[in-house]
Amino acid sequence: MNGLIYLSNVVTLDLDPEKCTGCRMCTIVCPHEVFVVENRKARIVQKDRCMECGACEKNCPDQAISVRSGVGCASGIINGLLRGTEPTCDCGSSGCC
Amino acid sequence: MKPGYITGHLDTPSGAIPLVSTTWRVKDIIDTIKVRWSVGRMNYRVQPGLYAVGSPRDSSPVFVTANFKLTFDHVRRALGGIDGWLLVLDTRGINVWCAAGKGTFSTSELARQIGLASLEKVVSHRKVIVPQLGAVGVSAHEVKQQTGFAVIYGPVLAADIPAFIDAGYKATRDMRKVKFPFSERMKLVPVELANPGYYLLLVPALFLLLSGLNRHGYSIDLALSGGLRSLINLLVAYVAGCAVTPALLPWIPFRRFALKGLAVGWCAAVLLSLFHLLGSNPLEAVSWFLIMGGLSSFTAMTFTGTSTFTSLSGVQKEMKTALPVQIGMAAAGILFWLFSKFIIL
Ligand code: SF4
Ligand code: SF4
Repeated sequence: MNGLIYLSNVVTLDLDPEKCTGCRMCTIVCPHEVFVVENRKARIVQKDRCMECGACEKNCPDQAISVRSGVGCASGIINGLLRGTEPTCDCGSSGCC
Repeated sequence: MKPGYITGHLDTPSGAIPLVSTTWRVKDIIDTIKVRWSVGRMNYRVQPGLYAVGSPRDSSPVFVTANFKLTFDHVRRALGGIDGWLLVLDTRGINVWCAAGKGTFSTSELARQIGLASLEKVVSHRKVIVPQLGAVGVSAHEVKQQTGFAVIYGPVLAADIPAFIDAGYKATRDMRKVKFPFSERMKLVPVELANPGYYLLLVPALFLLLSGLNRHGYSIDLALSGGLRSLINLLVAYVAGCAVTPALLPWIPFRRFALKGLAVGWCAAVLLSLFHLLGSNPLEAVSWFLIMGGLSSFTAMTFTGTSTFTSLSGVQKEMKTALPVQIGMAAAGILFWLFSKFIIL
């Protein structure tokens, strides 16, 4: 479903090209093809598709990526508000969040 | 009791490893249905640790997965005809995606299970295949540092594992993308519908009870006739937000889920008014537009948690405006609805 994009210009994804060594890990782990690597440097090409899952940040060996990761889940945010914590995805052990 | 999917044991340098079957039995199918409809969710855990599939040797691949039974079932079924090892992490019965987000499918848990299984004695290579969605919790370079095992990210879907192997342990672009097709969205609808638990009985019961109120006191007849109408309206709004909006997601204009839900809820209300289900009193009709809009909008918004493309920042931004509006609509709607019982317009 290529057409599904969420809000524009909200995500916290950031890439520091200085630190990037072009290992391509971010292009492998990102489920939404947010990055491309050209001339041994990563570049963000589809920022609005980022769902802030944090996989790229976690798997970049050179700490070139930063993103405030968390669950993009309304119930989770409400849970967090009610308990005064970070948004938590408290879906018990069901198959989804 | 030994679970039905274990068919025997295999002797290895690190002890006897349980052998799992790659076919589903009737019980596995029933489990799947029960999980989808949230029946006794807590009991679908698999014992963490190493399992054997087929007749694996020390050169066979190691697949990592979560100990949610449904996930485990899909992986072992996908491994039909393949000889390999299955390393099940303790994710407390939660699927890979959610467990990775919560931090139970993690670098440290993977390192711990590799150690507990003495994986280095069982296999001669130093590679583990982790489902791509696990990357949210697992850091490949840290696993390598801690255990010596290199992480290869496999396909998002277990069903793509055979193709992944055929391609020489490479996930194609397509296998790495998270898609959210109609069938996938529909599978999640039952969970959405069952989510509010006992509110599903409480709220309709209140409406049923209050429906009997009128200018002359209380009427059981009215409670039944008007109450039934209320129940239909609520149910329609609920289904509009929980099922119709997810089903039509890509085709409903607006990016915000709350707006998508509102649009569908109002369309449903217009339909109901054609069948005179919103009542003859204009104030009551208005109240239903508010209640149904608010309810459908809110339930549609909770689908952000199930969808696979919404970001935390985006949902927070959307909720900041949507939540007060939804609560306001519902509250105003209920007030109008109560007033309409006492006022003739
Ligand atoms: S993972 Fe990091 S270092 Fe590797 S290409 Fe991406 S940004 Fe560059
Ligand atoms: S946070 Fe997730 S979706 Fe966003 S760019 Fe990184 S890997 Fe891709």
